[in-house]
Amino acid sequence: MTDTPDNDQATARVTWHSEEQKSRLKSRYRKEKIFKFFAMSSLAAAIAALVVVLGSIIMTGSSGFTETRIEMDIFLDKTILGDLPTNDRQEFEKQVAGANINRILVSSLQKEFPEVTKRSDVFALLRLFSVGAQTDIRDVILNDPSVIGETVPVDLLASSNVDMLIKGNISRDIPETDRKISDQQIAWVDQLNNAGKVTQGFNWSFFVSGDSREPELAGIWSATIGSFLTLLVTFLIAFPIGVGSAIYLEEFAPKNRLTDLIEININNLAAVPSIIFGLLGLAIFINYINLPRSAPLVGGLTLALMTLPTIIITSRAALKAVPPSIKEAAIGLGASHMQTVFHHVLPLSMPGILTGSIIGMAQALGETAPLIMIGMVAFIVDTPGSIMEASTALPVQVYLWADSPERGFLEKTSAAIMVLLAFLIIMNGLAIWLRQKFEKKW
Amino acid sequence: MFKNLNKTLVGISLISVSLINAAEARDQIRIVGSSTVFPFSTAVAEEFGRSTSFKTPVVESTGSGGGFKLFCTGVGEATPDITNASRAIKSSEIDLCAKNGVKDIVEITIGYDGIVLANSKEAKQMNFKLQDIWLALAKDVVVDGKIVPNPYKTWNEINPDLPNRKIEVLGPPPTSGTRDAFAELALEGGCKTFPEIEAIKAQDENRYTALCHTIREDGAYIEAGENDNLIVGKLQANPNAVGVFGYSFLEENSDVIQGSIVEGSAPTFENIADKVYKVSRSLFFYVKKAHVGVIPGIKEYLSEFLSDKAMGDFGYLAEKGLIPLTSEELAKVRVTAENLTPLK
Repeated sequence: MTDTPDNDQATARVTWHSEEQKSRLKSRYRKEKIFKFFAMSSLAAAIAALVVVLGSIIMTGSSGFTETRIEMDIFLDKTILGDLPTNDRQEFEKQVAGANINRILVSSLQKEFPEVTKRSDVFALLRLFSVGAQTDIRDVILNDPSVIGETVPVDLLASSNVDMLIKGNISRDIPETDRKISDQQIAWVDQLNNAGKVTQGFNWSFFVSGDSREPELAGIWSATIGSFLTLLVTFLIAFPIGVGSAIYLEEFAPKNRLTDLIEININNLAAVPSIIFGLLGLAIFINYINLPRSAPLVGGLTLALMTLPTIIITSRAALKAVPPSIKEAAIGLGASHMQTVFHHVLPLSMPGILTGSIIGMAQALGETAPLIMIGMVAFIVDTPGSIMEASTALPVQVYLWADSPERGFLEKTSAAIMVLLAFLIIMNGLAIWLRQKFEKKW
Repeated sequence: MFKNLNKTLVGISLISVSLINAAEARDQIRIVGSSTVFPFSTAVAEEFGRSTSFKTPVVESTGSGGGFKLFCTGVGEATPDITNASRAIKSSEIDLCAKNGVKDIVEITIGYDGIVLANSKEAKQMNFKLQDIWLALAKDVVVDGKIVPNPYKTWNEINPDLPNRKIEVLGPPPTSGTRDAFAELALEGGCKTFPEIEAIKAQDENRYTALCHTIREDGAYIEAGENDNLIVGKLQANPNAVGVFGYSFLEENSDVIQGSIVEGSAPTFENIADKVYKVSRSLFFYVKKAHVGVIPGIKEYLSEFLSDKAMGDFGYLAEKGLIPLTSEELAKVRVTAENLTPLK
């Protein structure tokens, strides 16, 4: 209870145990209860929304981390593979890459299913396997050249349709014409499944391969590297410039109309829609400076422009939070203004500045809109090796997969969202950890 | 701690400096353009990257119009080599190209795409005439010989054979090539059957186009963005709604949605290929001839795209929902690609 002088005078006359006072007290408690109820229900609503969003993502996405494989006996026919020079590794690899693995697969399939002779049926049978199955066979040969000419069991990657069937995402009950997989194909899968040849395992390739048009082959590695390179550029540009401007504006700049104007503009920029920064990036970095389209360098510069206001504002707040007594003490001991700032104020505000910067970077990590304008929203398979090469970013990968017609991309989209969320949680967790570890309480 | 931090920062900047190679000549094909052609173009790009020693081309989905804009900015490494389009290049775009020095453009037709009207399997299959589509979606329509703002609220007001359900159509926004083609093929197709409209066409061509192509804005037509998966999801949730999108999305989702019959023919692979289904268009890509031989792999990309492995009856593009050219058409296109015959 806050006591104003009026109340002090009144206290003398009030009988605290009177009915009137009791009912007043009651009504105050009731109001508090109502307030608490509303506060708690809004919190509950927020939590429910979060649970629904996360739940639906995890429900659809978790199966994206598994893949279906079918074990087949593959006869590595010498007449098809030709004479491979096993002693010259380089030449050997080159010849294996050029070998007609498709024919090996087809002839092995025909051995397993001798009743399949029609060309279209052979095609249908082959469609049970991913194009990545050929890579699996190649890997077997490369790992151990001595198997050439023999029949070996190989775990082949199944096609997305088979994968969806096994995971129950394609219903068997609907008419044949309405699904992507025919009755005959389902019968083959069941036959293989009953023989114990169909297995499900963890989808490592999701983490180590690049984008693909085939859902079962698509992965997030190149997008992750793209995001990393982009954020690196963003950090290297935005952090020094942002902190520098914050120090100047907070500690050195005179307070006049000009600095007021600058401050208003910075606050304004923080609220500008991110697509506008994309347009700016397109105009300046690509059309004027002629930097390459789709490069993480351009993406990083554009996102740096977007992150700058956030970093400046949070850094200024952190600098402001350092008590004046520290500054006064330093100046009192003869430190110059610059020494005061760099020896005392800046180190003490560093946890706050880093927290703000990391949150700004996390924002940049989740951004797609500005990247559309500068060409990073594109189908890019190869992993970028430098910040000048074409690349995409994680949220862009999510956006592109969400737009793909193939059913198999549904779970991949959610799986990629889960990975992106994991990165965001790590970054924000790092921000909290830094703050708690280094923050000084006054 | 902060001294170490400084060292780390210096370390990171050194690493990043080493990451910047000197800008080399581009050795990767760059493709832009239509989002409808994107799934096919990327499938070819991926296979091309896998089966040749060239780098996998970078494919951007910018929309047909956006693609031409980028394509026509000039000749040189900074500009794209190929642009995909779900409609033919306009003469204004050829002029823009010519103005910026892009003279020889090779047009490659790759196949057909049906634009389908579809609804949830839970509802009955719809059976439209082109006239019905225009009457349901146009801003102004012909009633009793007069042109009035669209008064229709339910389908059976237009055609008694259609169900008594609210007109609710989810379709692409104006920026989309699919919308352009839908307006041209379905709406104009229905619109021009009215003698009143024919009369206007003779007098005022612009008014005619506006009347036939303008879609109503009173909520019956809902722009659902470029994401066709979103439309499919909404159709599932709302059996009363009808969606407009490309054939490949119908093919991938035929277990939950069904294509409506238009002018007596259903949107099936065969009907679109045989051109019996009316609302279908050609898909193209355009190659900058000046870049062939400069950017490595363009010719090889063309032959991969037009190979039997991709375009044939069992090719992977047919699997993705592209309706292929007839064998005579394909033979002709192959000659064009071989000789790189430019547009006139």
